[in-house]
Parts: sequence; structure tokens; C-alpha cells
Amino acid sequence: MNINESGWRPERPIDGDKVGPGAKTFTGNRALMLEEPLIFEIGGADTTGVDLPEPRNLDSDRLGGLARTTPIGLPGLSEPETVRHYTRLSRQNYAIDLGLFPLGSCTMKHNPRLNEKVARLPDFADIHPLAPISTVQGALGVIHELGEWLKALTGMTAGAMSPKAGAHGELCGLLAIRAALEAQGDARRVVLVPRSAHGTNPATAAFCGFEVEEIPANADGRFDLAALKARIGPDVAAVMITNPNTCGLFERDFRAAADAVHAAGGYVYCDGANFNAIVGRVRPGELGVDAMHINLHKTFSTPHGGGGPGSGPVVFSDALAPYAPLPFVEQTAEGFLLIEEETAGRNHAESFGRMTAFHGQMGMFTRALAYILSHGADGLRQVSGDAVLNANYILRSLEDVLDAPFAASGPCMHEALFSDRNFGEGISTLDVAKALIDEGFHPMTVYFPLVVHGAMLVEPTETESKASLDQFLGAMRQIAQRARLGDQTLKCCPLEAPRRRLDETLAARQPRLVWQGL
Amino acid sequence: MRYLPLTDTDRTAMLEIVGAPSIEALFADVPEAARLQAPIPGLPDHASELVVERHMARLAARNLAAADTPFFLGAGAYRHHIPASVDHLIQRGEFLTSYTPYQPEIAQGTLQVLFEFQTQVARLYGCEVANASMYDGSTACWEAISMARRITRREVAILSSGLHPHYVSVVRTMARFTADTVSYNPPTLSPTGDLDQLIATIDDSTSCVVVQYPDILGRIADLSALAEAAHDKGALLVVVVTEPVALGALHSPGEMGADIVVGEGQALGVGLQFGGPYLGLFATREKFVRQMPGRLCGETLDADARRGFVLTLSTREQHIRREKATSNICTNSGLCALAFSIHMTLLGERGLRALAAENHRLACLAAEQLARIPGVKVLNETWFNEFTVLLDRDAREIVRKLAENCVLAGVSLGRLYPDQPQLANGLLVAVTETTTQQDIEALAAGLQEALA
Amino acid sequence: MTRYFTDEHEWIEVDGDSATVGITDHAQAQLGDIVFVEVPRPGTVLARGKEAAVVESVKAASDIYSPVSGTVIEGNSAIEDDPALVNADAEGAGWFFRLTIADPGELDGLMDEAAYRQFATDLA
Repeated sequence: MNINESGWRPERPIDGDKVGPGAKTFTGNRALMLEEPLIFEIGGADTTGVDLPEPRNLDSDRLGGLARTTPIGLPGLSEPETVRHYTRLSRQNYAIDLGLFPLGSCTMKHNPRLNEKVARLPDFADIHPLAPISTVQGALGVIHELGEWLKALTGMTAGAMSPKAGAHGELCGLLAIRAALEAQGDARRVVLVPRSAHGTNPATAAFCGFEVEEIPANADGRFDLAALKARIGPDVAAVMITNPNTCGLFERDFRAAADAVHAAGGYVYCDGANFNAIVGRVRPGELGVDAMHINLHKTFSTPHGGGGPGSGPVVFSDALAPYAPLPFVEQTAEGFLLIEEETAGRNHAESFGRMTAFHGQMGMFTRALAYILSHGADGLRQVSGDAVLNANYILRSLEDVLDAPFAASGPCMHEALFSDRNFGEGISTLDVAKALIDEGFHPMTVYFPLVVHGAMLVEPTETESKASLDQFLGAMRQIAQRARLGDQTLKCCPLEAPRRRLDETLAARQPRLVWQGL
Repeated sequence: MRYLPLTDTDRTAMLEIVGAPSIEALFADVPEAARLQAPIPGLPDHASELVVERHMARLAARNLAAADTPFFLGAGAYRHHIPASVDHLIQRGEFLTSYTPYQPEIAQGTLQVLFEFQTQVARLYGCEVANASMYDGSTACWEAISMARRITRREVAILSSGLHPHYVSVVRTMARFTADTVSYNPPTLSPTGDLDQLIATIDDSTSCVVVQYPDILGRIADLSALAEAAHDKGALLVVVVTEPVALGALHSPGEMGADIVVGEGQALGVGLQFGGPYLGLFATREKFVRQMPGRLCGETLDADARRGFVLTLSTREQHIRREKATSNICTNSGLCALAFSIHMTLLGERGLRALAAENHRLACLAAEQLARIPGVKVLNETWFNEFTVLLDRDAREIVRKLAENCVLAGVSLGRLYPDQPQLANGLLVAVTETTTQQDIEALAAGLQEALA
Repeated sequence: MTRYFTDEHEWIEVDGDSATVGITDHAQAQLGDIVFVEVPRPGTVLARGKEAAVVESVKAASDIYSPVSGTVIEGNSAIEDDPALVNADAEGAGWFFRLTIADPGELDGLMDEAAYRQFATDLA
């Protein structure tokens, strides 16, 4: 049996009755904390929040005898009820607009509103993906300009803008590698992935038909170069390495690993999820990378939106550039061209094909470009500098109260990693996370990376002030102290949130995924 | 720099606690050769909000917005009126700047929205369960084929000729690198689709049949017989819906026996946005739920026995199963799902049906008017809000010519099928509630002039 | 009947030329609340050390490997219907599948109960 650890383990609070919320109100509301029913419980089939002409009976419809005869079961709300429903729900969410959101590896930084404004300009938001090319020159210009920035910042030579998110970008990079290998008639199939990798890395490699093998880590939290070199051979298609890695450390041996892989005829994929730590200071192209995706929603601050949409453009080295996906933008003397299937046949026959119906996340491109232009070359360098400074400030301010497994090996990059080693009997990382909720913070990333027991990965980002960090550190020091002393009341946290701990076992054993009625 | 709160005084104080002489010193692990000593040369420095906005506005001005012109484009992306409250609500920071709801106690807003969204999608599609969204319709379509392979343990997917050609391209790209075999032929310009051929092609090796409803040329067909034929051979029926508003007027795919229904949700709440971000919808039968990709939100109870919602069945996902995950997709399209759900709530049953009826009425009106133009023939016998007209010459040049006069006439089949010259005279015309009588007249006049 | 154990935390109870396989009590405790189980269909040919069944808890998804090669006689549908049975009685009513043993020699490398309990204790 082989257990892949995950972060979730629901534990019932001890003595739950005594520590519950205060006396119940008639409504169940608690002042500004408002309960909100489901639309299916408050809406009606006849209620609507839009004014549309009453359906007229056509003399004959063209629906081929398939006109709907059964109700759909969709309740409607009037506009005021709709606004209130969603506003009330919104208030049950934590958000970066409310406070520090130190989710390691997720990079929750401030989302500038200028970016929202420009993305909503009708000339960007209200254009069709298949509109005649002459009518969308500005949109193609945005894609081109952003692509040029990404290449310049990464030191790479080509880009693919269409991938829809980070994992889709990984897929793009690995498909280019497969296509390149196929073009060489090379059947190598093994992809090496460090143990500390994002779960999407092995998932993506497997999805593209590669066999995944893990590379062990060193005691200092980096991949083991000797083990990697020992494994490299004619069957290894690629390595996939996150740099900086998920322990928040720069992979010092990246270049040596890349050289060894190249010498053996393989390719180097860099997971660029943590590019925000080095933007403006290191160009991955100079480390021997052949393909790297960039999460625009991380490094370039497009909003996370409660779980997407993301955007994951990929940059390529010369070796992989010919295999980049369709479509892409080309600049000519007459203006921008969109290279689609038709034109690709002539000059870009090696492209591995199309990954998505249209051209990628245009709405994210406008936001990311506005962010990049706002910072410029000097500002982006300050972004990575401040992000790394903030993380090191957290690391050094907590290492006396929390176990920091790699603190001795030097500075961290943009995130600080701690373990549950010093916790008292029965106290888990999850308890600490839930206690942070009561203090008004979103918890850090927990139980990831897998290489550290009870991992807590704290990424403050560069958009937190010192005052904000100091408040977090104060709360964290106190919680760490309680954890060390084995304070069992931590297991009851959170007490002050809209909900207390939720029963995930119940949810998974008897899945209720849609509303079934009363 | 307006987005960076640290002052130089802060930095100095913090460096002291960190025990480093400078920020540069924190990058000591980066090999000297790879460490840049100054901002990357040749790139501009930071800029004010005013300057950036001006730059972006100048780029925007080189586009022609749909609102500024008679507009008839569809083919997988549809322009509908989005109520003002939708965009207001999705811009609330608690939605816009929140994360994937991994800490459910402080993410009940997002989670309840996802639960409502899943229910809306399942009901619209006539299915038992739906997931919390995917990237877009085309990637959801590929995921459905993958899922059918996992369920049936067969590797041949039969794609209808009426499937959006970009969706076909995505499937082919992926299938090239997996073990799947894809069977597909481009469409022919006939008023009916290829259901009979599809039924004849299904055999014991078929994992699924994939059919679009209404199809790429706008045609509508009863899929019940196809579902039955697929089930007889142990194969699944996958139905793709690129225009969700159509299901306000038509029988749902689930009612006709579909096993997996996927599609594009962009038409409700999301907007055109030059192709993204969009919203992949995905629904299926309850018995297949553990083979379904993507995030799922489920109902449960909290420690005080109050109803609440959590992400569930996450052991199917990459962060636990790694190379054995059902899919490599990690992100959903959360904010677009929210926009879809709000728009759907504003419409309700009554509004969606009225919206669908109005789309169909205007499309019928437009078809009637265009059919009168010499050199124009309406191909379809059935349609919802989009139909194909056949011109007496290559539709691409006509589309370009009309665009010069600021009429966006539709999507030429030559753009969609560049390697199929026999389709070149076809033009897809989409008509929604945003289309006015004057728009239709402008299109008719433009076509008449261009074809004269 | 003799019961053997693997270092992958499966048990196998041999009865003539057939055997019953499950996961150990230690394994179910490590997994936590089990929410889903998939057992192999009768007639499935299993190879030693290869995936035979799937078990999911709230915090982990795991493959169950077959301790020996053989052909599946029966999967335990009771645990598919009620996965909590594995938590309640992993080494009894929570068994996963029965199979015919292709090569009794494959049993030689497995642990006996005492050795396994020591092995599990050492892991803790």
C-alpha cells in the first residue's frame, strides 16, 4: 500500500457544546454575520431580475420538434434580491482585499484595480475571438507586447500565450517536448520530477504519456544532483524542476542539472509558479531552461477569483520554439497576424497543434500587461526583492518558536517553510491553521510540500506592509506557543468564522453535489 | 511604486532582523553568473496609473467593439446582454480577490455559489451532477473523452462532423499524445447532420460518440436514437453545447440520453473577451462521479451541525493522486462560474425561456430576410439562434469587405475550415437579443451590395 | 489457514490454493476515514505487487497491491457499499478480494503476524 499524504484530516472539536457560538438568535444571524439560504430555497420559477419581451408564439418554430416541454428547475430572483444574495455570500469569504493571505506557492498579492478597469474597456471586453483580423489589431498588440515582456524577463526566445492556467502551461511545455522527441524519432519516455514538486507536475507528465520517476531531495531541501545525474540516460525525456522550489529555496544546482540533461539528449522543464521570487533578478533562460510556464495570476497579479480563471503562458528556448502550439501572433509590416491552422501549414508545420478553442485568456493578458507596465524593469526587480525580504523577515522572526527545517542553510526566497516538529501532544498543523482564522488571517499553505512533516508554507508577498507582517507575527508567535504547550482548545478553532470545522468525511461518503429539494 | 508598501526605513529595519546587509545578499544562492546586477536593460521603468491607462486605451482603440456595429458572430462565442449587477457583484473584493476555497470556514461564499452553480448546470443540461467548472468548452470536451475512456476502458472516440472544428483540433492535439483514436470527418453542406453515419460507425471498440447540439452549422437533431445506439454497444454519448441559452428553448441533452454533457458557458454572464477567460461546463450521471475531472463542491455539516459546503472527492485530484489523477487540471474558472450563476439567477426559469424565445424569434426574422437576397441561400431547416447561409462566392472575402464598412457579418466557414475549400461559401450568422431590426437590415443591405 | 503480511500493509489469508486479501488495521488507521473503495472484478488476473484495488480516505488515495499473483474469485461488495467497514474491521469483515494463488512460492517472502506487528511499530 502506498499512501500519498494530503492536507486534510477532519477532527471533531473536543467538548464541542461548551465552546460553540453564543446564544442563538431568532434568525441565526450574528450582527454583520448574516446567514443566507440557497437560491433554490428563496427563488421562484416565475421570478426574474431581467425585463424581456414575453415569449410570442411563432407561427412555426425552427426547433425541429425539439422545443422544450419540461421545466428546467431554475429559480429566479429579482435584481434587489440577487444583489443582496451575492453580497451576503461574499461576506462569508476571506480575501486579499481584507488582509494578509500568506498561502505559500499560491502568491496572493494585491490585485490593482487599474488592471480591472483596462480589462473592461469595451474595445477589449466586447470583441469576438473570430472577428476579422483588421478589427482586432489592438488585442493582437496586447498579446504580442505581453509576449515580448515575458521573453525579455525570462531570457527565452519564443512564447505560447494560449494555455489557460499553470497546469495547462505544463501540458503545453511537455507536449512541445514530446513533439520535439517525435520529430527526432526518439522514443524516450521518462520524466524526472523531484519529490517536492507541485502535484500537477507528475499529473501532467502522466497525462502526456510519460512515465514519472521521482528524484530524492537533499537534507538542505534541494534536489539531489548526484541522484539526478545517476538516473539520467537515453530513456530520460525531460526533468521538471520548480525553481525556486516549493521549499522556498533556489535550486543552486539547476544549471548543472540542465547541462547534464542536455548532454544526454533530454529537455529541461521549469515550473515557473514561483517566478515572482526572481523576476528581474534571474533570467531562467540563462539557467538552461527549454520550457517554462508563467502563472499570470501569481507573478503578475491577475485576480484569483475564488479559484480561477488563471492564465499560463509558456516561454520556450530555440530548441522547442518550432513546436509551440497554435494560434500565435506574428508582427509584420502590415500589422499583426494571427497564425492559425491555415497559415501554419506553410511555415509552422512542426507546431504540435491547438490546445484551446481560441487564443487564451485575453482578459488576463490586459491585466498582466497593465501590471507589468506599472512596475517596469526597475519595479519588477523591487517586487522580487521585497517579496524575498518579507519572507526572510517571517522566517527569522518565527524560527525560535517554530521548527524551520531549512533555515540553517541560508536565506529563503519568497516563502518560509516550517514544520510541526515542536508541537505538543495531539496538536497538528491543521489546528494552527484554524487558529489563525480566528485571528483574522487566512492560513498559510498546510501539508505541502510533502517533504516536510506537517508543513506550513508562508508566502507574504511584496504587497504586505511591515505593520501587517508584524501583526501576523504577533498572532503566529502566540499560536505557536499554544501549540508547543499542547493547548487542546486549538482543536476547537475556528470559533469566530461563519462556520466551524466542516465534516469532510460525511461530504465524501455521501456526496451531495446538487440541491435535491426539501 | 504605488503597489509596494515597504519604505526604505522598513527595509533597513527588516534587513537587520534578517541579518543580511542588503536585499541583494538574500539572493546568494543564485549562482553569480545568473544574477542580474541591475534592472534588465532595454525595458521601460515603472509608470504611473495615468500613463499605463493611456497606453492600454490606445491599444484598445485599434479594436472594433461589437457594440459599435451590426454584429453577427457566433461559432462558439455568443454576445448577450449582461445585466449591470453581474459585473458589479463579481468585482466585490471578497469574490475577486479570494482563493480556491481550501479553508471552507472562511470561504462559504465561494462554496455556496459553486454548489448553486453545479445545480444550475446539472438542471440546464438535464444531468444528475455537474462539476465546479473547467477552463472552457473545448478543454472540457477533451476531458469528457478522457473520462469516457476511463469508464469504458476503450480508446476510440467518434466525433460528429458537426463538432466545432477548434474543439476537434484540441481533441486531436491531445489524442496524438495519448492512446486514443479519433474518428472524424468535416461536415458537408447539407440541411441535416450525420447521425445515421455515426450510428453505423459505433462498434464494440467505441468509447464514446461526441456530438454538438445545436451543431457547428446551427442544425438541431434529436439525439435519442444515437444515445440508444451508443448504449447498445456499451459506448457513452457525449453531447457538447456551445450556446447554453439554446437549452432555454430545447430539450436538454440529458433528457435525450446523454451520459456526459459538456460545453461553453461564456454566453451567460462572461462576455466575449476575445476568447477568454471562458467557462467550461461539465455534467454527467451520478454513477460516474468519481471518474469526473475537476473540482466538486459538496454539502455537509459543521461542528455545530449547521449546513455548510466543502470541496469534496478531492482524492481524484493531482495534489493527492499525482501521476494517477483523473486530470492534470488544477484551476477552475471560478469567477466566470460566479458570473454565469448570477446571470442565471437574474434570469430564472422565466427569464431564460423568454431570452431563448427572443433569440429564436430574431434569428427566424433574420433568416427570412437574408433568404430574399439574390446569391444567398439559407442552408438550415432547423436552428436556434445561429444558421448557415450559402453565398455564391467565398464568404471570407465578403466578411472582410463588410468589415471595412463596420458590419461584422458572421464567421465564414473558410476561417473555421481553411483546408476544406468545398465549405468556403458558407457563412455562419448568429442572432441574439442584442441584435436589432436595423442591424439585420444593415447586414442584408451589406450582403446585397457585396454580392451584386 | 495461515495469514501473511506485506510491507505495503496488506494481509493475505491462505486457504488451500485460494486466499483472501485486505489491508491491515495499521493501514486503515493511517488512512483515516475511508470514503471510497473499488475492488477488482471476478476473473481479473493480478500480478504480484501490482495494483489490485483502490481505497480513498479523506486525506489520501491509495492503490492496494496484490501480495501474490492469481485470478480474482470475488470482490467484497460490502465495503464498496459501506467503506466505513474497512475502518471498523480491516482484518475481518473489511476484506477486499479473494483470489486463486498462481504460485504458492510467492508467499515465501512475506511476514508472519509477529514480524509485521513489529514492522508497523517500528514505523510509528
